[in-house]
Order: sequence, then structure tokens, then C-alpha cells
Amino acid sequence: MITSTCKNLTFATIEAGAGLKRALELGQAGIIREVTDSGIKGRGGAGFPSGVKWNLCAAAKDPQKYIVCNADEGEPGTFKDRIILTTYAGLVFEGMTIAAAAVNAPKGILYLRGEYTYLREQLEAELQALRDDGKLGENACGKKGFTFDIEIRMGSGAYVCGEETALIESLEGHRGEPRNRPPYPVNTGFDGHPTAVNNVETLAWISCILNKGSDWFRQHGTEKSTGLKLFSVSGDCDMPGVYELPLGITVDQLLAEVGGSNAKAVQIGGASGRCVPGSQFDRKIAYEDIPTGGSVIVFGPGRDMLDVAQNFLEFMVEESCGQCTPCRYGNPTLLEGVEMLRNGRCSAGYLKELVSLGESVQISSKCGLGQSSANAFLSIIEHFKEEIMGRTVDAV
Amino acid sequence: MSDKPISQDTSRAPTSQKRATPIQAGAKDAIGGSVSVTIDGEKTKVPLGTTILEACREMGVHIPTLCHHSDLCIAGVCRVCVVEVEGMRTLQAACAFPITAPITVRTHTAQVRRSRRHIIDLMLKYHYGECYACGRNNNCELQALAKEYGVDFFRFGHPDKPMHDVDRSSHSVVRDMNKCVLCRRCVRTCIDLQEVGVLEAIERGEETTISTYLDKPLGDVVCINCGQCINRCPTGALRANDPTDEVWAAIEDPTKHVVIQTAPSPRAGIGECFGLEPGTPMTYEMNTALRRCGFDKIFDTNFTADLTIIEEGTELLIRLYKALVEKDTEVALPQYTSCSPGWVKYLEHFNPEMIPNLSTAKSPQQMFGAVIKTYYAKMHNIDPKDIVTVALMPCSAKKFECNRPEMCDSGFKDVDYGLTTRELGKMISEAGIDLPAMPKSDFDDPFGTATGSGVIFGATGGVMEAALRTVIELVVGCKVEDLFEHADILPVRGFEGVRYVELPITEVGPVPEIVSHLVPNWDWLKGATLKVAVAHGTANAKKVLDDIKAGGKFSECHFIEFMGCPGGCIGGGGQPIPTSPEIRAARAAAIYAEDADCEVRKSHENPAVLKIYNDFLMEGPCGHLSHKLLHTGYTARGKYIS
Amino acid sequence: MTLMTQQERLRGELESLVAQYGTARNALMPILQEVQRKYYRIDDYAIQVIADLLDIHPVEVHSVVSFYSFLDFKPKGRFVVRLCQTLCCEMADKDRVARQLSNDLGIEFGQTTPDGKFTLEYANCIGMCDQGPALLVNDKVHTRVTPEMVNQIIESCRQVFGLHATQPMEH
Repeated sequence: MITSTCKNLTFATIEAGAGLKRALELGQAGIIREVTDSGIKGRGGAGFPSGVKWNLCAAAKDPQKYIVCNADEGEPGTFKDRIILTTYAGLVFEGMTIAAAAVNAPKGILYLRGEYTYLREQLEAELQALRDDGKLGENACGKKGFTFDIEIRMGSGAYVCGEETALIESLEGHRGEPRNRPPYPVNTGFDGHPTAVNNVETLAWISCILNKGSDWFRQHGTEKSTGLKLFSVSGDCDMPGVYELPLGITVDQLLAEVGGSNAKAVQIGGASGRCVPGSQFDRKIAYEDIPTGGSVIVFGPGRDMLDVAQNFLEFMVEESCGQCTPCRYGNPTLLEGVEMLRNGRCSAGYLKELVSLGESVQISSKCGLGQSSANAFLSIIEHFKEEIMGRTVDAV
Repeated sequence: MSDKPISQDTSRAPTSQKRATPIQAGAKDAIGGSVSVTIDGEKTKVPLGTTILEACREMGVHIPTLCHHSDLCIAGVCRVCVVEVEGMRTLQAACAFPITAPITVRTHTAQVRRSRRHIIDLMLKYHYGECYACGRNNNCELQALAKEYGVDFFRFGHPDKPMHDVDRSSHSVVRDMNKCVLCRRCVRTCIDLQEVGVLEAIERGEETTISTYLDKPLGDVVCINCGQCINRCPTGALRANDPTDEVWAAIEDPTKHVVIQTAPSPRAGIGECFGLEPGTPMTYEMNTALRRCGFDKIFDTNFTADLTIIEEGTELLIRLYKALVEKDTEVALPQYTSCSPGWVKYLEHFNPEMIPNLSTAKSPQQMFGAVIKTYYAKMHNIDPKDIVTVALMPCSAKKFECNRPEMCDSGFKDVDYGLTTRELGKMISEAGIDLPAMPKSDFDDPFGTATGSGVIFGATGGVMEAALRTVIELVVGCKVEDLFEHADILPVRGFEGVRYVELPITEVGPVPEIVSHLVPNWDWLKGATLKVAVAHGTANAKKVLDDIKAGGKFSECHFIEFMGCPGGCIGGGGQPIPTSPEIRAARAAAIYAEDADCEVRKSHENPAVLKIYNDFLMEGPCGHLSHKLLHTGYTARGKYIS
Repeated sequence: MTLMTQQERLRGELESLVAQYGTARNALMPILQEVQRKYYRIDDYAIQVIADLLDIHPVEVHSVVSFYSFLDFKPKGRFVVRLCQTLCCEMADKDRVARQLSNDLGIEFGQTTPDGKFTLEYANCIGMCDQGPALLVNDKVHTRVTPEMVNQIIESCRQVFGLHATQPMEH
């Protein structure tokens, strides 16, 4: 029904169930070793090595553990998880089952953002088919003693719930306010039990890794950012859509791929990401250079970068959970600053103060949202000062 | 160090936000181990799981805090306590970071100082009000932080007009959200510590505010007026409803005879308003100060505390007799104490079906009001309409209690004004009186003679201890001292949230005269085991009530003392700010010391009490006049908020 | 009288939801979502009954409801139109669609039509960044919306009222 351009995805070539079958043969330690060897890091953006996460969760001593699939895709410019869930949900459920086998968790929860409610019915149907097929439930996949089932829980419109501890809070029936870490969810997660929270894409890739082997995965990408990654590309380019590309690709290469070569700047990582100006298009998109959850927004030559900063800050002001001071009050203060810039009423001294405030917000906020909320603003100020300072009101 | 906050067991906060036994994958010997930490270049060892904040305090390194409170679970939201932890990309909240592996911490680097200063600047950007026009001037944590960080201008601006109306609907608590800094201590207090659940954060982001249910006035929701939120508010956003202007006006009105009764806890706390250490007793200095302020008579609430013991104890014996001898199955047991107005309103809201269990005896404050406007008025030939009774209490709920419409049994409003310890401190300062320098003076007659039992009402377990001292002597016929050294009934003392004690009655004595009209003998109690319990803080009360409803061991109890506030009255919502377990312990120690010093330590030996039964309440305890003046009824309020 | 009956019916429904999801706190979100879906809001009575059944405080439920964009205390229209306002849709000229929506419904953003049929709101990124401007009508997504399409989208909703005017909407 809703189509995005996406061609040549590896996911389309994967035989359903093959990865899981191999995983069950490998057993707990074997799966974790394979995932660790692949070098895969969280595809949601934070980039935590999945093998390490599973290992910690597997080591936690608690008979009740949870596998949570984070399908609260809310980062502006990101829609690859929607594509995966629409077309390749089987790989995600398979990945969850592999995770369950790896950490020994009897229960999985898919936390689906409220905006994607239209996907629920089909996902439920697929889950039921898996149950009917013996892939889920007691003695799942025909393996004696292996119990695993997946429940879908819905979000209700809160970007911050994409943060794993906020997601857990939401699951527990609270406001989606991130928790203090440590302790981490792998030790104390949903209802106090060890919980491995993984992004939709990560789980789908893990199914592929178990199927094709970690060596296959490592063939792609860089040493520190192994493998392939889906990119959600939008904005001023000829062919927006979802692209599967190896990590380590340069911005230039990506722009050539999507028909955005005349771009003035690219926002990588959405509202919480950074704005990369033309002069830096030779940089790599990878955890070691420009990290991303996959959001790429292309800005053509005519775009006003102050509009971009404003839109993203408005987003952060509305989506901040509001519990910690720097994020709750820092972002509105930055937004007021943007308004001053727009009106040509911001002194260089105050702008410097705002940049300094932005840096304080980055380092002193409680969670990933707050810590990255000023990124877009700061990178735009850094790279486009001449465009945004000394405006006359009718310039816009 | 590493003591769990008192709300740990009652809080429903996520387990990850509580002080938990640290679990570290793979570390088998982790529990109970210690870990090294380097703070500003100095290395030390701390127990595993100690927070950075605790480690710093232990080393004498000051870390500013705001949302942190030693009574409450971790929040980590204000971010004022951020520090640098080597190897971590971002700063960490010292209050929320448990040390489970060796770390290196720096507490005042450039970015730490800059971030803290920005956080304070941001709070001030949204904090309306000028310090000199604030009830918390000089006792405000935000003000102190601004001073500490040398704030000399409003970097990001400052509101020039209020954003919220001040909510004055409650008799007890005034809520001014213009001054709120969203530390959420009140929320954690109201839910985790008290299980009242009046305050919560609503909306999100910049719009977040602390609100009552649907932003209704505080007077219309299920607030029990305990004022614990006031005690933990770092700013002037929550304060008590202050009647000092009216009290001054009464004092200055020559036609009024202004009488003040003073409860035991304020004496143990008021010194803190004058820079004294917590737990410095000011009983007799305060009497002089009150006289100099212009009060006509100064009475000791302990008198009616003793009276309460007689009335409430008698009521218990009547209930037990009906249940055990007359086999009356309608009798509500266990009997609950009724002297804490916060607790009483809690029960009226949350467990109205248990109102029959509540002793009908009024609280000492209200008994005193009724006695002053009847017995005392008659004795001194003063028209009760000209008497103004003021009650000095450690409590904000007492303000609500004295305004209960039924509290007019003398024919007048029994207690006109409830004054908190803090408010009296203010009056004394206003009068230019240096309290600690006052000469000592005694209470006025005819209620002057206090007993130790009355004094210990101020601490959790005190009412139970006082009641047991009397019941043991009346029933068993021996001296309490024969059973408990110095008549200190230690099992009911302490700060454990819920305490349970069994007392086997192996011997019984003759029925003493004071209750001889009620029971023929005590034989029916011989061989019985008296089961009692003590709970303080309404979250602990909820635990006990839930157990009773489930038919657990507390349902077998005969008598349970409930106090609305953690620590009992010494931790009341009208006491000086701040509060902490150490401060409350010091105040309690002052109270037990005063008890130990008393010549008479048992309520039934108080000569003034015996005299009032002889001269005025001639039908004895729970008699007709007692019932009219000293007992009351309750309102089943329910928790539905209309 | 009618009010009582409605409240009793609501209580019955809430009790069965609690029977389905349990009395633990983690049942709260699914229960609220069900109530929102069915009644287009979570009202005072529902909040208090849910709080009672889960043994939590009404203010806690109120707090949760106020946190999430898709849970409402105030009454909402049968159709909630949520136009994405985040950057990509903004860049794709969502302002013109916004203007047309406002014109065709006769209300501003944040308002509900007097007949209670439509609520107009902004949403933050709904994950249709490559196909903006995008909007949600309840759970249904519309992409590459042009000002001309607005009328058609609204009319297709109105038809539902024509057919089932007296029945509560299930979707």
C-alpha cells in the first residue's frame, strides 16, 4: 500500500528460517560468538555492539528475561524500519527468536510506534502464522524446552520512547522518561528483569548473519563499522527512498547514488544528527566518523539552514520528556536564539553563549535525546555562520 | 553510607532507580565487595554500589545537588550534580551513578562548572519571584546554588510576570508553581513516601509542570495535608498556609485572651530556625519567648496527650471487653490511633470502610481546644467567645484539622489557629527575640504538669509506648519498670517503617478506680497476648492496611499506632526545613531525653488529668461529657475526586 | 440517569480490559490505548476507574495521558487529522496542505470541529519523509498530499458518517 523506493535489498534474498535453524544448532554461546564476530553494532543509531549486549544479558542471572524489538522509529528522516516491518517482518521475528535463544529469554515484545498502527494487523497475522507453524510458543521450532513468544505493544506518540530505557518505562505504564544508567537494561530492564533491546534493522541483519555467516557480513563496511546498512534518504534529491549501502561510504558517494549531487548540505542522523556541509562531503558515514541510524536528509542549494535548525529545535522542544533541566529548558532557549537570529537580533556574544549552552546540553543531559538535541543547531551554527548572522528581517 | 532511603520499600519507582544491590555480570564476589575510586586525584575505596555523590561526601568533596534528597529514591533529573567520569563521553549525575568498577572522577573541571552554571541559569530563566519577597529567603536551595555559582545576572533572562496562579485553596498547603524547579521531590514524596498521589508531573518538555489531578485546587483533591512535600521542596513552591498575621492581630486585641498550647515536637525543632543543632531542646526558652510575644497563657499539649491516652486506652479496653467477653462481632478491631490528622484524612479518603476502627478520641490539639473553651473558661471565669486558642504544632495538617466543621464541641471553634514550628520561629524573629538566649520559664497552670508519656507522642511509636505504659499498669497491676528498664519500651521505638510487637499478659491485677465503672475484672485478659503495631508515613500505613484487608498478621492486632509523617510528629510538615533521617533522629533523641527527665512518666499518673476527671469529666473516661468534648466522628470521603 | 448508565457501561468495559491485561502497572498503556481508540479520549471518570482498578493514583494516570501525543483527556473528533510538521514534510510544502485543511474543515490546528467529527493537529515525523507532505487520518496514512487532495480525504471520512452515522466508529 505505501511504497518507498527500495531496490536490491539483501533481505529479499534471505531464505526464511534458515538463520534461526542454524542459530539453534549453534546454541547460546555459538550465537553470541557469531554475532560478536560479525561486528554488528546497533542499527538504531547508538551503535552499541550487539554481541556485547547479548553477552551481558545472557550472563545476567534471572529466569525471566525479555527481548524487546525497538520499532519506535521516530527519528526525522528515518523510515527504513517501516519498510522492513512491511516487507520483511519475518526476518525481524526470526532475529528476536535468535536473540531469545542467545540470552535465554522466554518472552519478546515488539514496541511499535503509534504512528505505525496500520502495520499492526499484518504483524499480528504473521505472528499467528509463526505460532501455528510451531515457530513460536512452547518448544518453539521443535526444540524441546525452548519457549518463546512475541507480543506487540504500541507506543502512543512520543519520540523519546525510542530511547531504550524510556521505551521500557512506557512498557511499564509510565511516562516515557529515560532512566539513569547504569544500571543498564541488560541487567535491570522491563519489570526489573534483564532485557535486550534491539532495533528492528539490527534484528533483521542478525537473521542474515546467522544465515550467511559473520564473515559474509564483515566483507562489507569498514573495520570498525562492519556490514551493510539501510539508509532512509529524503529531501532535495532525485530518488528518495531506502538504500542498502555498506557503512564507510562517503557522503559524496551516497549523494551520487540518490541523485543529490548538487546538495548544499546533508543532515545525517536526523534531528539528533549533524549537518554536514558541502566541504565535508568526503567524510565517511560510519560509527567512527559520522554515525547514523540511517537518516539522510539532503538540502539543495536554495535551502535556508536556519529553517532547518528551527524545525529540528521545535521538534526537540516538543519531544523532550521534560525531566532534566538542560534538555527541558536548554532547547527552548536555543530556539529563542534561532528566532533572534532570524530577526537579526542576536549579538555575536550571545550567539557564543548559546553555542556554549548547546555544548552544556550535549554533555549534561540525562539521555541520548537530550545529549543529541543540540547537535543540529550547533553544527549549523558552526558551518553556516555567514548565512545566518546579521540578517535583516525581510531577508527571509 | 549507602543507607537506603526511607521510601525504598514503599516506592513503586522502577527497581533500576532504587538503591539496589549492584549486579555485575560475571562478578561472583561483587556483592559486599568494595571498589576503588579516584576523586579529583585522590584515591579511596568505597563499598560497591556507592554513588559518586556519596563517595564525594565521604571524602569531603562538595557536590551541589537539588533533586537529590536523602529520604527519596534517585531521580537524577536536575543535573546540577554532574561530574566528569574518565572514559565517558558525557558528564554523569553524581547522585545517580553507582560505582561498580574502578573509576576516575573529576568534580570541578571547566565543563563541569560551565554545565552547572548553565543549568542554574536555565532554572532562573523559568523561576518567577524575587528572593527578598519569598518565604524561603535564606533557606532556599536554588538561592544557595545561585550564590555558590556566583550568579550575578540572568544570563538567559528571567520572567517578569507570574505564569501560574497561586493555589491557596487548601487550609494547609499553598502551591506556587511559579517557583517550581521541577526537581520532583514533592512527587516522589507524595507517591513513594506517602502513597497519597496528589502531585505528579504532567505534560512534557517545556510544558511540564507539577500538577494535581486535572490541575484541581489542592483543597479539592485527596491531599492529606501532611506537608511532607513542603519539607522537601527546595524552593518556595510549596509552603504552609501562614496564619501569623491573624495570630498577631489576636494578641494585639485587648479584648482577646490568647492561649497557646505547644506540642512536644516543635520544642525539639525550633532551635534549628535559630541556627542551633537539630535536637537542641528549647522547651523552656520557648515559653519565655511566647510570653514576650504576648501570649496570655502558655500550656503544654502534653496534658491532653495524657488525656488522649486515658480516653483512647479506655476505648480500647471497652472494645476488647465487647469482643472478648460479650462476643460482640461488630466491634471493630484493631483500634487505630487518631491523633495524626494527616493519617486520619488518609483513612477517610483511601479506606473509609475502616473508619469504625479509628479511635473516636480527638487528637490532643482538639481535646485541648475544647477543654480550654469549657473547663478552663469556666474555671477562670472567661467568656469562651473572648478566648483565642492557638496550637503550636509540628504539623501542617493540624491547620486543616482545626478547621473541620465538627470541631466546635465547646460551642465555639475549639482551636482557632494552627501554627507551625516554622511560623512561630518567624514570629519570634519578628519580635526581635533571640530564642536561644531566653531565660527558661515553665508552662502555666492548671495544665502545666507534663508527663513523659505526653512528650514522646512526638516520635513514631510514642503514642503506643505511652498507651502501653498505662495499659500495663492498669491491667497487669505491676510497674512498667518491672517489665521494661526505666519504663522505656524499646521494641516500639525506632524508625523502622512498620513495627510489630506482642505482649503476653500473664498476670492481671485489680481493676483501678478510673475504669472500674466499665469492667468488673481483668480475668478475661489473663493469658491473652496483646498484639500491637506501629506505622509511620502513610505509605507504610497502606502496607499495614493492605495486609489487614488480606487477613494478614496485622489483622490480628488489637491496637495500631499510625502517624502520617515519616518519623512521627518530629518529622511533621510544619517542622524546620530541611529534614533528613539524621535530623529526625536528633529531634527524637531530644524528645526521649525530655521523657527520661520527667518526674511523672505515665499518663494515668498525671495529677492534672486526674483532677479533670475529678472536677469536670466526672463520669470518667469515655463518659458522656468526655464523649461530647473529647471524642469526634469522621467523614467517609473516599478517593473519588469530583 | 443516562449518564449513570453510560458510566456503568464504561466501568464494565474497563473491568474487562483489566481482566484482559491484568492489574499490574504495565497494563496501563494498552488499557489507555483501547479507551482512546473507542472513545476518542480518556475522560475523568475513565481515569479514576482505571487508577482504582490498577491501585495507582488518578494523577499518575493523568500524568501518563498528558505525556503521550496520541492519548487525550480533551474530547477529540471521530477523525483526527495529523499533518506531519517535521523537516522533510515541511520542505515538501506542508504549509499549503495545512492551509487547505484548515480552510476545508473550518478550524485551526489544535481545534475540533463543532460537530465533533474532525480534529486537526500537527504530528512530528510519521516516517513518510520520502513521500511528504504526509498525514495520518486516525490510523490511515496519506502521502504526497496536495492541497487539491485535501477535500477528497475529508469527504471520504464524511461518507463514513453518512453510512454509520449513529454507530460508534470502529477502525
